[in-house]
Amino acid sequence: MLRAAVARVAASRGPVLPFGVGPVDHLLAGGGLDGAGLHEVAGASASWSDDAAATLFAAGIASRFAAAPDVSALWALTRFDLYAPGLEQAGLGPDRVLYAQGRTDKELLALCEDALRDGSLACVVAEVKAADQTATRRLQLAASEGNTPMILYRRYRRYGQCPLADPSLAMTRWRIGTLSSGRLASPGVGRGRWNVELVRQRGGPPFSLELEACDDQGRLALPAATADRAVAPGRTDTVAFGHAA
Amino acid sequence: MRELGRRSEAAAPVFRALRSDDGTSGGIAAPLPPLWGLRPTIVVARTGQRDLVTAACAAALDLGLVPGMAAAHARALVSDLDILDAAPDADRAWLDRLALHAARCWTPTAAVSGTDGLWLDLSGTTHLFGGEERFAVRLLGFLRRLGFTARVAIAGTPGAAHALARYGGAGVRILPEGGESEALAPLPLAALRLAPESLAAAARFGIERIADLYPMPRGPLARRLGRGAVERLDQARGFVPEPIVPVVPFDMPEARRSLLEPIGTAEAIEQVIADLLGDLVLALRERSLGVRSLVLRCDRLDMGAQFITVGTARATRDAKHLLRLFRLRIDRIEPGLGIETMVLAAPQVEALAPEAIAAVLDTARQAPDLAPLVDALAGRAGDAALFRLSAIESDVPERAIVRAGPLAKPAGWPVWPRPIRMLARPEALSGVVALLPDHPPRRFAWRGRSYAVVAGDGPERIHGEWWRRPGEMWAVRDYFRVEATSGERFWLFRRGDAITDKTGNLSWYMHGVFG
Repeated sequence: MLRAAVARVAASRGPVLPFGVGPVDHLLAGGGLDGAGLHEVAGASASWSDDAAATLFAAGIASRFAAAPDVSALWALTRFDLYAPGLEQAGLGPDRVLYAQGRTDKELLALCEDALRDGSLACVVAEVKAADQTATRRLQLAASEGNTPMILYRRYRRYGQCPLADPSLAMTRWRIGTLSSGRLASPGVGRGRWNVELVRQRGGPPFSLELEACDDQGRLALPAATADRAVAPGRTDTVAFGHAA
Repeated sequence: MRELGRRSEAAAPVFRALRSDDGTSGGIAAPLPPLWGLRPTIVVARTGQRDLVTAACAAALDLGLVPGMAAAHARALVSDLDILDAAPDADRAWLDRLALHAARCWTPTAAVSGTDGLWLDLSGTTHLFGGEERFAVRLLGFLRRLGFTARVAIAGTPGAAHALARYGGAGVRILPEGGESEALAPLPLAALRLAPESLAAAARFGIERIADLYPMPRGPLARRLGRGAVERLDQARGFVPEPIVPVVPFDMPEARRSLLEPIGTAEAIEQVIADLLGDLVLALRERSLGVRSLVLRCDRLDMGAQFITVGTARATRDAKHLLRLFRLRIDRIEPGLGIETMVLAAPQVEALAPEAIAAVLDTARQAPDLAPLVDALAGRAGDAALFRLSAIESDVPERAIVRAGPLAKPAGWPVWPRPIRMLARPEALSGVVALLPDHPPRRFAWRGRSYAVVAGDGPERIHGEWWRRPGEMWAVRDYFRVEATSGERFWLFRRGDAITDKTGNLSWYMHGVFG
């Protein structure tokens, strides 16, 4: 009976999108992001750079969901301050993203539900300030019904109050903050570095990792110091446990 | 066969451009007030180096001004002269509209003949209008109300009707059965629609009247004037048939349901819409059309009409999808006391061929079709809410982006590093410490916080676009990507290149942020 229940739960999950970063995939339940579920992303603080890092994190995931040719992601928002060339540099080119601008958060969430149920999109990203538990539940149901992943990017409503403190039924909830990147040998700015914190996930532990920002394909990477460290075979993942909360 | 003769002048100044094939089923436009009659009026068109008179009003014809003479000559002959420019496209549009009107109201076979006439095949239709004579008189009255003068000739062949309407005198001319050869005999050769070279050849041989051709042997005639001349002659006399290619009026696809009992509930309205869509889709499939927009008219008991419009991003005839679009708008119908008739019309249609079944079966490799989703979302949030962003050629970051339609194929941008979010207006920095001319700042303050810079890239120099604003003639922005101590990455710029003063005042601005 337990097996039947487990099989039913497994069947309700969509295709899994791994990050391609060993420790993250190991710690995520199912080995990656659920392709038919709701995922929430927020910045670590209300500052503009954390906001941008979280946006890029969401864009990277969306671009990897929309990696197949001729599919599009929907990016829904109320206030347009994105810069599309920047999105393209996270792998989400102009032919792969369709924008929807709503007047209110409520209208935006309704749009997203329709888009998720339709099932013809590779991914739906929405930037909202307010989404209560009912709204997240509806989104989660729509996502699993339409077999489309949903990324809810939650902006700060009040300074210092993390939007991820609200109750939600998301599969995973991420908090992204910028970190000082490693210095290059020559003058210049290298690849950014983020503190990627998984605040909560269904069926797995929370953790916090230091990762390199996403590249032009939307892929994250382990910082060079960790990646280059000589690790005994089969013990790659223990490195991450050091950070696990 | 009848010929509806020449119009007098072009009605260019009051012509209202309408698509001649616009699918409207009503009558023709409002009558035109006559613009001429008081002063002699001519219409001129430029041919080569000269202005030639192409048409003249009755008063001008009386004064000896004939089509074909030079405009300067006409001005010299008559000083008090109104001159209008010819508008052949507008003339043609009027003729098309008249032909369509004729095809809808008078006869199934109507066509435009030449640049100034109409052919109506009246076989078996004039009894509806009280006989041929009565029909011709009513036709003249109809055209007079529109502001046209016309001549009508009714004959057994199109060629004879054409010739008699243009060269057979004013008013109405009705030819008895079989009288074509006799009636055509005194007319000039030009009445036969001959090619210009045939006319020139005939003039060389001294042939002026059509009667001159009758006794001639056909072999030498064809050799000298061309085979076309003989054929035209035979067509006009009725020895060879000449078919008319009729105009086919385009009818807007429409479905209508009159209801036994007035309805007022949303479920009933939805049911009727579904039935109407079923009818319409059948009609569309027969004609290989797809709709781009649909208008639903609900006639209420109290004579009020309610209209609902839906649009689609791509031509479609999928009843299920269209019903879903209507379902989003059913709540906008106010049924009042009840709706008794519903009419669904497709004012905007496009050709939509059947889809090859192989493409439908091969779903694995097929990209998902976004058009239904776009329609549904646009129905909820409005058409302007959905868009893609595309590149346009400009180096200034704010101007490099343009909105495109949701199904467009947009172009990408060059790969210079660009921020993910950008300020709508750059904000000034204060307390900037920077080495000139081309180093990023060491520290700066923005929005009440000071930042120490640990690394920087740049400058990327962007010049002003003087072709847009003269003030940008010398303007220069030097963009830097900098990283502050706690990992914030900003996109800053300095006005001016720090060498020439007129490129900018060396003030610093915040413009965007990288993750």
